[in-house]
Amino acid sequence: MMRLAVKMLMGDRLKYLGLLLGTAFAAMMIAQQGSIFAGLSAQTGTFIREIGDVDLWVMDPQVRFSEDAIALPETAAQRIRGVEGVEWAAPLYKGFLRCQLPDGTRTSLILVGLDDSTLVGGPTVMTNGTLLDLRRDPGILIDERDTNSKLALKHAGNRPIQVGDRLSIHDNDAQIVGTYRGSPSFFWDPVVYTTYSRALRFAPKDRNLMSFVLVKCKSPADIPAVKHRIESSTPYIARTGPEFEAVTREYILKSTGILINFGLAVGLGFIIGLIVTGQTFFNFTLDNLRYFAALKAMGVSAATLVRMVLVQVLSVTWIGFGLGMGVAALMGIYITRTDLAFLMRWEVVAFTGIAMLVVGVTAALVSLTKVLRLEPGIVFKG
Amino acid sequence: MTRSAADVTRGRPVAVRCRSVTKTYGSGQSAVRALRGIDIDVHTGELLMLVGPSGCGKTTLISVIAGVLDRDGGECTVLGEDFNKMRSDAKTAFRGRNVGFVFQAFNLIPTLTIAENVSVPLLINGHKRNAAVEQAKSMLSQVGLGTRVNDYPNRLSGGQQQRVAIARALVHKPKLLVCDEPTSALDHVTGQKVMELLRDVASSNDLSLVVVTHDQRIFEFADRIAEMDDGHIEQISGGLGHKVAEHPSESALT
Ligand SMILES: Nc1ncnc2c1ncn2[C@@H]1O[C@H](COP(=O)(O)OP(=O)(O)OP(=O)(O)O)[C@@H](O)[C@H]1O
Ligand SMILES: [Mg+2]
Repeated sequence: MMRLAVKMLMGDRLKYLGLLLGTAFAAMMIAQQGSIFAGLSAQTGTFIREIGDVDLWVMDPQVRFSEDAIALPETAAQRIRGVEGVEWAAPLYKGFLRCQLPDGTRTSLILVGLDDSTLVGGPTVMTNGTLLDLRRDPGILIDERDTNSKLALKHAGNRPIQVGDRLSIHDNDAQIVGTYRGSPSFFWDPVVYTTYSRALRFAPKDRNLMSFVLVKCKSPADIPAVKHRIESSTPYIARTGPEFEAVTREYILKSTGILINFGLAVGLGFIIGLIVTGQTFFNFTLDNLRYFAALKAMGVSAATLVRMVLVQVLSVTWIGFGLGMGVAALMGIYITRTDLAFLMRWEVVAFTGIAMLVVGVTAALVSLTKVLRLEPGIVFKG
Repeated sequence: MTRSAADVTRGRPVAVRCRSVTKTYGSGQSAVRALRGIDIDVHTGELLMLVGPSGCGKTTLISVIAGVLDRDGGECTVLGEDFNKMRSDAKTAFRGRNVGFVFQAFNLIPTLTIAENVSVPLLINGHKRNAAVEQAKSMLSQVGLGTRVNDYPNRLSGGQQQRVAIARALVHKPKLLVCDEPTSALDHVTGQKVMELLRDVASSNDLSLVVVTHDQRIFEFADRIAEMDDGHIEQISGGLGHKVAEHPSESALT
């Protein structure tokens, strides 16, 4: 009977194609929206992730997210170094600064100052020059992806900026000594690296300019204890990278309205996708109701009918789901070539598949209930 | 030429026995008393026609007889079994083994070949697919469609489709065949052919046929005709069928 169920389904090529397209569209819709949301969420943590091999971030207790640097006193790094279990502690400067490109174009950037002696927290993949080139005054590193976009020389015919070009950061002379490969970030401004002391020189003269202290513990097992010791012996708080990412993500999603606005779009995509799926299977089963009713009268058990419908839903859903995911993934590949957010997490994929199956099966079974109750009016319908 | 109803059925075993059968749809104000005390027997080997005005309860009665619908009151046994005392799966399995259905709208599954359609009752009864399709093909030859076995239903005329439906209803050798308006979607000549086919199979098997119809032109195929009105059987008369006369030995068995 299951073979017949499949033949019932695929016998009408046009209808079958319609079912496939319906489910593929639904899968694509849900996965695509979900992935953009996941991508956007993940991009709020780009900066923290790129700093890399750090056990703890020490910061002012009032810091709400990664760009919300509240200056620590000059002595902070020194104090942290004295805490038991700390292998090293390096200061990090981070600030939004205005700058002017060689052709006069004005823009802004995120300047990151790395500990002079260790350059801890520097970019890991260099595409031109090395991290050590930062030692040359007044050197800075820029993201390769920004050379022909965010930092392109708009007043010089959009010429890409390049190594050797000089720019002025808050009226201080800086020279590009290398490029690195960064990842797209939710915080849009170009991220420019230099040394800690040079960053202090570029930045407006405030009293305290240390944004974070990056900490490496002597042993990974010590991290919770060290975190506790820092928080009890200094006025600062210490967060692991993932903790800091989570705090940042939550703050951004909530405070910017992204959670609500984008959440609505995701929810809508989800609902539309599921309605399409449900409608598709509801109608298919409804179209076949008189045949199912005849089968029931002729002695096909309710259990077998339900199994037939399950086989039909499954055999459409897995192909439609695959197609939809394929299209969503292709769109994702295209989207991630730009700086737009797209992250196809396995959770999104799995959730989409399960939700579609549940809705497809439910819709088909709902339209089958009349047959399961076996009303003779349907069996003998003219 | 006309015989009494008693003449026709004398000596034949009873396949379906209904006494004071009632059925009401809905309740309260909107209740419809579709069957108001039906007494009827259907004998093995006979073709019983149920006739009567629209809404008089014909479809309801064959639904009860075929085990598709539960009666409310009275007694009804089919091949010695009482559907109201059977569990739902048992009833389904009983229908699968013993009852054949012919519908007004044929209800052939359009995406299956006619051989596959006819094989369905065999699959339901647990036959292997290949054997079932082979048996279905030989059944189709018997109804004159041996050359069309791999066609799809929509390639066939209405009369041919109803012949396929009859082949499907008979392929598993049921004891009871119920047909609701089997000829009303067909023109006169085709309807006559379909009825000839039904009469022939009925007389060559130990099969009881109940045929619901509006179509006076096919009354001649009935062994007995039960006239219904408003949920009652008004009258049962001997039809014009000659089968009983052709098989005098069966009457002699009693
Ligand atoms: N599911 C139902 N719910 C409520 N009333 C029903 C239902 N099915 C049938 N009836 C009513 O029961 C009565 C008998 O219906 P039934 O279908 O048995 O008549 P019928 O003799 O087959 O009519 P027709 O010749 O038009 O097919 C009618 O009044 C009909 O409206
Ligand atoms: Mg009717």
